[in-house]
Amino acid sequence: MLLKQPLEFFSEPLPGVDPAELHGKLLVIEGPDAVGRTTQVAKLRQWLEQEGHAVLDTGMARGALAGKGIKQAKEGNTFGPLTMTLYYTTDFADRLENEIIPALRAGFVVLTDRYIFSIMARAIARGEDRRWIEQVTGFGLVPHAVYYLRAEVKHLVSRVVLGRGAFDYWESGMDMRFGNTMFDSFVRYQTKLIHALDVMAKKYNFITVDATRPPDIIFRDLQQSISNLDIKKIRNVPRLNGLVRVNGPNGAKRPRKHS
Amino acid sequence: MSLFASNRLRGKLIVVEGIDGSGKSTQVSLLSHWFRSQGYAVAFSEWNSSPLVNKTTRRAKKKEMFTPTTFSLIHATDFADRMERYIVPLMKAGAIVCADRYAFTAFARDVARGVNRRWVRNLYRFATRPNLSFYFRVPLDVAIGRILGGRDAIKYYEAGMDMGLSRDVEESFRIFQGRILDEYEAMAAEVGFHIIDATLSIERQQQQMREIVIRELGDSLKNGVLRIAPGDAHATETAARVF
Repeated sequence: MLLKQPLEFFSEPLPGVDPAELHGKLLVIEGPDAVGRTTQVAKLRQWLEQEGHAVLDTGMARGALAGKGIKQAKEGNTFGPLTMTLYYTTDFADRLENEIIPALRAGFVVLTDRYIFSIMARAIARGEDRRWIEQVTGFGLVPHAVYYLRAEVKHLVSRVVLGRGAFDYWESGMDMRFGNTMFDSFVRYQTKLIHALDVMAKKYNFITVDATRPPDIIFRDLQQSISNLDIKKIRNVPRLNGLVRVNGPNGAKRPRKHS
Repeated sequence: MSLFASNRLRGKLIVVEGIDGSGKSTQVSLLSHWFRSQGYAVAFSEWNSSPLVNKTTRRAKKKEMFTPTTFSLIHATDFADRMERYIVPLMKAGAIVCADRYAFTAFARDVARGVNRRWVRNLYRFATRPNLSFYFRVPLDVAIGRILGGRDAIKYYEAGMDMGLSRDVEESFRIFQGRILDEYEAMAAEVGFHIIDATLSIERQQQQMREIVIRELGDSLKNGVLRIAPGDAHATETAARVF
């Protein structure tokens, strides 16, 4: 089912990483808040392990380096938008270099709940420069597949209200006060996030999944798609403007930065 | 050269750069005393000092958790916090902000660590262009002599020990600081440094800095920059305490 395929970086090769050594598979689950990503990641992990794959699952702010600092920063009232973007990017880089890449080297299936796309969407929703954040996160590896769990805001609202029963400060983008109440701010902020992800869906070839359906149906779709991942599809993953192919088709190694 | 957005705020931004042991901290401290004595509102911001971030940095340094990329990103995060929360608001209010190290430190240090030059310049694109940037030029041996004579141990990342340049800390420090020095020298023209010969006496260097400030900023300090009315001793004291 899953194939071997040399991974590549979006635009910025990480020092000391040879993508030709990465034999694992990198699968990303993206989507706005409260869309049901976590449920799907848990189900996928269980299924993949049953199929005999070693699985690493990872997600935002879970890294050893910056995870704790981000959580503490979110408890205070002084977490600025640029600081937030860069703190999350630091955490992503830490997990990429110390968890994801070692797991890929060892042939794992890496299942990640959110990726650089969420960092970019949050930055763009907060008015930060799109090209700036694309370049900052350009050291990310191009995943084998990105599943975009998509739903309209009204669906997210009902999931929040019926599920958790309350709006979350950060999920509502209250740091930016997009609206006077948490509800208004949530609606505007999540609309911006969905819009940013929709734009990326085309650019980065997301596989869009209708997330308004029951979890079991969504799961079956994901299972089927992961089972069908074929080499042609993976090779067609589009790239960012100016993407540098770090590992040529002949497996030529990129030049070292520091000698 | 449009590396950063130019400063359109009331206040001014003055930065000092140079390798460890170049004497820049002493000089920027003297310069801020001078501004204060004239009644200007002066704020001071030091590299790697954000209360939101530097606990993370300290812990990760102690545990040797950094890669060149995460080292670069955490310092940019620290910088972003100081910009958003401290430097920009105070400059809007009309303060003169003196920064001990600025984005140029990352340009020199991160590149010396193997981070891509273009990538790290883009990373700091949100920074404000300083009104004045001083670079304290010092030969490697002089700087190293000052460092080794002045304190006990060179720290792991300061010495670039993470790069495996040498097993010997002093040797590694020498190689790493040499690379940083090369990066500073290479960017001097690009970023428009005012170069101070850091082998001159402390007094002479300070005199040169003040002359440059007067020449470059003299008139513009009269409009917009927040200043206490001369003779208002109580206010001067308050300002010194607040900033």
